[in-house]
Order: sequence, then structure tokens, then C-alpha cells
Amino acid sequence: MPLLRVEKMSHDFGGLRAVNDYDLEIEASQIRGLIGPNGAGKTTIFNLITGIYKPTQGDIYLGGARITGLQPHRIASMGIARTFQNLQLWRHMTVLEHVKMARYSKISYGLIGAFFGTPRRYKQEAEIEAKAYDLLKIVGIHHLSDQVVTNLPYGDQRRVEMARALAADPKILFLDEPTAGMNPEELVQMMEIIRRVHKELGLAIFLIEHRLKMVMELCQIIQTLDFGRVIAHGTPEEIQNDPKVIDAYLGKEAVI
Amino acid sequence: MEADSGDLFEKMKLLLKKIRNSFSRVPLIGWLLGALIAVVLEYSLGESLADILMLPKIPVLFGFVIMLKKPLLIPSVIIFVLLIYALPISAVARLSAPLTNRLAAKLFSLPILISVVIHLGLLYAVLHLWSDISAYRVLTLKLTLIAVMVTLSLNVVNGYMGEFSCSHPGFMALGAYGASVVTVFLFANDKLFGTAILPSALGPFIFPLALIIGGMVAALGALFIAIPSFRTRGDYLAIISLAFMFIVKSMIENLEIVGGPRGLSSQPDYAGLPTVFLWTVACIWIINNFVRSTLGKALNAIRDDEMAANAMTVNTRRTKIVAFLFAAFWAGVAGGLFAHVLRYVNPGTFGLQKLAEVLAMVYFGGLNSVYGSIVGAVSLSLLSEALRPLEIFKWIIIPLLLILVMIYRPTGLIAFKEFNVMNLLKPKPMPEKED
Repeated sequence: MPLLRVEKMSHDFGGLRAVNDYDLEIEASQIRGLIGPNGAGKTTIFNLITGIYKPTQGDIYLGGARITGLQPHRIASMGIARTFQNLQLWRHMTVLEHVKMARYSKISYGLIGAFFGTPRRYKQEAEIEAKAYDLLKIVGIHHLSDQVVTNLPYGDQRRVEMARALAADPKILFLDEPTAGMNPEELVQMMEIIRRVHKELGLAIFLIEHRLKMVMELCQIIQTLDFGRVIAHGTPEEIQNDPKVIDAYLGKEAVI
Repeated sequence: MEADSGDLFEKMKLLLKKIRNSFSRVPLIGWLLGALIAVVLEYSLGESLADILMLPKIPVLFGFVIMLKKPLLIPSVIIFVLLIYALPISAVARLSAPLTNRLAAKLFSLPILISVVIHLGLLYAVLHLWSDISAYRVLTLKLTLIAVMVTLSLNVVNGYMGEFSCSHPGFMALGAYGASVVTVFLFANDKLFGTAILPSALGPFIFPLALIIGGMVAALGALFIAIPSFRTRGDYLAIISLAFMFIVKSMIENLEIVGGPRGLSSQPDYAGLPTVFLWTVACIWIINNFVRSTLGKALNAIRDDEMAANAMTVNTRRTKIVAFLFAAFWAGVAGGLFAHVLRYVNPGTFGLQKLAEVLAMVYFGGLNSVYGSIVGAVSLSLLSEALRPLEIFKWIIIPLLLILVMIYRPTGLIAFKEFNVMNLLKPKPMPEKED
């Protein structure tokens, strides 16, 4: 059984069909890619699966349970964590606080613990903190844990998002253009982190990316989206040579 | 000549820095000790010193009121304040620093609770002795402490959560009436509720319960705002909560059973200084605990990016509602205390004027900060008392101050600072030899 299955999902924005009959199956510990020109509907698909939008039609199953239309925080605590295309960090909070926050749904000390500072609370906070440090080490920014995120360089902010998503204990990690705006050096480091996360934590990864080279290197299977519709589906080699993909990216050859 | 004055300026700066440095080694307990000695001095010698300086009586609020009323007495007031407060406090704090540092280190090694209790005990002793001089001081102090509670609870919503709520006077009113009805009904011979039901000896024990009931009533009222207005983000809360404040006010005005617009009086005298002090401490402690936990930090996450918070497993709607009810609860408790301090409430108190006052304290002191709320509430309450002789000009000076703060420090005086008790109580020994 696939870990994540999406069946015939469609979504309308007013009269515009942004996603049309979208199907997806992701197996455990697989890296999947989703490419397509700007405005093809890639991020909309992320938002639909993670519950930010509710699909007009279709169904989404995570490990057999139907998650269509659930609240985003429910879906997140069930095992889909994501990063955002434009960094969405909390600008007054430190790096460590970011990572700790994603453990929110696992906190069991409750309001009593929060109000009165019970021993259980301090124990649990310490556990969360230790876990957060481990994740920060994986992405390589544990030395910055006390910094407020807005003080960090762009590449490190991306890593904070990555560590934060990992802290939610996901089964699948959704990465929305994790290397957007990065310089070549940061790009290589980010690819390394993605590989490491995949290998060490055994996560499935669903990746939106504009840089074809990166997708081709990382992903086992790639979908290409254009105008909300999957136009090609296959291994990197198949995608690379698919005339429809080339058309979508480069436009049709002019007919003279 | 120019170079000379520049030189002088530099020297002054250096001197100031030196003074600051030498005082930065005084631990909190040193300051408390200094303050204690100052108030003891005032208690024992204040009258005679005031006589010598030809002051009519001990200046009640550090002399502000007298200075504004009778400008001729300004020099004597300054001398009085210097001799009674400034000199003893700074001298004791500075000179005893090595000693108090050792004491602080010893206390610091004890369980934190003991250390906190000792510090609070000292603080209470200072406040008690200071306020013992006149009934006016007691009243001002109690109202200031209540203002701290209200400001802090509003800061949870407006600062930590980043919403804009205008209903705190309404919650205070609900708390004030909720608690008053309980105590008046049970313990007072009143024309509205008839004779007392329980013996008055039980009163002080039931009083905390009455306050909590007041807080609960306020929280229940908050639920009516929270359910419709936290569905989405935006200005809805501001509008709905403002409406709520007016609804509460006119509802109480039309409820004859609690006295309508004439108000409710004959609350028993349960809110002494120790009670108000303890409740304020409890309020600060619990709110500070909450906002420093990961559950409380979720408020900051919601404020800074709600979508991201939701995607990181935070149940944003529930968190917002809980925080709002929590803030309302404390406003209600503060309202209950307020009613029992004045031993009279009327609905007119909880209107726009009160709202403006509380909002000013929150934004003046600083958003997202317990320190800020304490500083904002204390400074604006005292200022508004001190400037009372200026009458209408008071309402020009205070808003002007607020505007200046907003221009130069848009988030308030002490914003985004964590209130860490451990750091506060730490001994401050000599820094490593660096200069």
C-alpha cells in the first residue's frame, strides 16, 4: 500500500480549474519530484494535500486513512510536514524555538503544566529541546540555536525551515522549492541535507523544484504539471526526453 | 572652547558609564535592602524632616503633587527626595554590594522557591512600610498593582498573540460584578441582597473563590467573543470586542438586581494590601510561566505566521481561544479586586476611558514582555496620579508621551524581553578583569 495516495483531486479557484484530476502515489522512503512551469499549480497541490485548501473533488489517503478536508494541524501531526516556497518563519522567535514549536502536538503536560510549571513540564521541555538540537545538528545550524531567525543569512533560514519540518516527526516531507534563491554553494549543501535526511531518517520526500538538474539527480520518479494537469510522469530520463515536457518548458517550435 | 566642551561632554559620558558600571554589580536583593532602609528612614524621620524643610507633610508621591501645586517648595521637595530616597538607596545598594552578592549567591544555591519567597517578602515589606504613611499611598499602590494585572493580561492578547482586543474593561466589569455579587450576597447586609448568609469570619477564605468566580464569568463572556472572531484573522476581533465592552456596560446599567447605573456598594473590606500583592504575584507568575512554555510560544508563532504555525501541528484556533479566555480570566480577577479595593463599583468606570488607559499601559510598556507590562502599568499609574494637579493638561501630557514612545520605540519601552526569574535573582559579582 502506498504511503500517500491522491485520487482524482481537482480544485477550482472561482471559475478557474487550478488542479485537474490529479493522481499521486508515494511509497515509503521514496523521493518524488513535481516540476512544471510557473503557475502550473504545484504549490496549490501542496496546499491541497496539507489541508490549507480543501479540494473541490477527489480524495487523499495517508497510510490508509482518509485525510481529505482535515485541518492543516491535524494532517501535519498525522505525518505530513512541509516547508514553504517563500520562507514562512516566525520573525521574533529563535531558531531553537522554531524547532521546538513543531513538537506542539506531542506535548502532553497540558495547560496545567504550562500555567504552574510542573516538573513534568520542565522534563518534557528538556526532551523537546534535546530533540530539537539533534535536528539542528543534522541540518548543520546547531551553533545558531539562540539567534532570532531574521538575523540569519538566507541559506540558514532555509535550513531552519527544514529542521522545523523534521521536528514534526513526518512520514513524508514536502519541500516547496527548497533551493529557491540560493547560491550554488548553498544549493550543494541543501542537496546534501536532503540526501542525508532521506537516508538517516528514512523519510519519503515530495519535492517541488525549478532547477531540473537537482530534481533529476535526487528523484526516482518525476511528475510534470502544466495548467493543473499532469502531462508527463516517469523516471528522470523519460521526463528529460518527453516532447510534452520540453514544450511546456520551452514553448512549441515555431511553425514557419 | 568647542573642543573644551566636547571634552567635558566626553568626560561626563565616561563618568556616567562608570557610575552605571559600579551599580551594575548590585544584585536585586541589594536594591531591595536599600529601598527598605529608605522607607524605614522615611517612616521614622520623614515627619521631622518634612517639618525642617517646611513641607506641610511627607510628600506622598515623591513630591510630584506638591511641586506642581506649590512651585516655591520645589527645592525642599528635591532635598527631601534626595535625603530620604536617592542617597540611602544608592549608598546602601552600592556599599553593601559585596555583602549582598555573597548573600544572593547563598540564596541562589538554595531551592529557587525559598529565594523567591525571601525576595518577595522583602519587596512586600518595602511596599508595606512605604504605603503605611498615608491611606492615599495604600490606595494608589493597590490600584497600581491591579493595573499591572490588567495590563499583563491584555498583553497576552495584544502583544503575545498579536490580535487587537478592546474588551478588557468589559471583562473587568464582569469580574468586578461577579465577585462582588458573591461577597455581598454571602457576607454583607445589603439592601439589594438582604442580610449576610455566612458568618463574616469565613469571608477572607471565600474571597479568593469569589475572585475566581469573577474571573470565570469574565472568561465565559470572552467565549462569546472568541467563537465568532477567531474563525479568521483580521480586524474582526477589535470590532467585536469593542462592541462587547459596550454591551457589558449597558447590560449592567440595565440590570436593576445589581443596582443598575447607581452601581453596587458595600463590598466587605477583604482586599487588603497583602491580598492584592499576592494576587498580583500569582498573576505575573502564572502568565509568565505560560508565555515561556512551548504551548505559550505558540501564540508568538500564530502572531508571526499563522499558516506556518498551523502547518507545524499547532491547533491555532484552540490556542487563540484558550489564550483569550485566559487573559479574560485575569482581567476578571483584577476587576474583582478593583471592586473590593474601592468597595464600590458602577458600570460607568468600565468604559472607553478605562480602555484607553489599559491600552496605553500595554503599548507604552512594551509588547510581548512581562517587564514591559509591569513598567508600563506602574509608570503610567503613578504618572497619572502625580500629574493630577495639572487637571486637564494631564490628558495632553500622557498622550504626548505615548506618541513619543511610539515614534522612537514603536513596540514600547521594553518589548520582546523574557522575564527570567533566575537571571533576576542571580548574584552579580565582579566581572572578569577586562579593563
